[in-house]
Amino acid sequence: MKKHWYDYLWIVSLSYLILGFFNILFAWLGLLCFFIPLIVAVAGGNKAYCNRYCGRGQLFALVGGRFGLSRRRDVPRWMKSKAFRYGFLAFFFAMFFLMLWNTYLVFAGAQDLKQVVTLLWTFKLPWHWAYHGTLLHPGVAQFAFGFYSVMLTSTVLGFVTMIVFKPRSWCVYCPMGTMTQLICKARSGRADQDPAGRS
Amino acid sequence: MGTEVRKKRRALVDRAACVACGSCVKVCPLSAIQVWKGISAQVDGDRCVGCGRCVKECPASVISLQEVPG
Repeated sequence: MKKHWYDYLWIVSLSYLILGFFNILFAWLGLLCFFIPLIVAVAGGNKAYCNRYCGRGQLFALVGGRFGLSRRRDVPRWMKSKAFRYGFLAFFFAMFFLMLWNTYLVFAGAQDLKQVVTLLWTFKLPWHWAYHGTLLHPGVAQFAFGFYSVMLTSTVLGFVTMIVFKPRSWCVYCPMGTMTQLICKARSGRADQDPAGRS
Repeated sequence: MGTEVRKKRRALVDRAACVACGSCVKVCPLSAIQVWKGISAQVDGDRCVGCGRCVKECPASVISLQEVPG
């Protein structure tokens, strides 16, 4: 099959993770992975981002599929249930807003900058070596630490399920995937109907 | 030889459970599967030859092969 330029976006995703080890402010670039799929879903009514451009999905397909670092087992039934997918989306959102709240507190001067990356919403990893100061407000750096925590956590989760289940099993419960699919369903207005009636 | 009838097979998507990630689209050698409006994958029955690559790839395991007449 012919390779396109977008088949190499896994390099961008990998570079993003690596850059976060050197300068945390690069974490801001991760907002692209949030806004592009949302804009595509809202404006275009499709999941072209997941389908073609998601570098993380490609990374899992490459490491789990091509390199074989995956047991290639089916995901459990509960993991693909709507209850879990929507529940995980809600949890992810709640944690995201908590991170925004912590950023606000630093901006407001009520809290000092914490140079840590929180993995799996629990483990606080020292990350001061990736912070070299900013010309802007420390709140800018706090958001970077928080956002990188979100990205690293989701990558770690994705890698674990990649190994245990199928390579792209992260896609089953990816909050962005779930959210953009919901937007597409709402936009289409007829969630489970297809006039063509094909399978 | 010649008396054995080999049934045709086609991919079938459980559309209610599909997450519309598009992994299947990437591996289909005949471009016989597409993601419909970002909601779920759907198979073009005229193109699909039932090779099963999408079945193996689907991270949610919601695609199966089904025998069809002819």
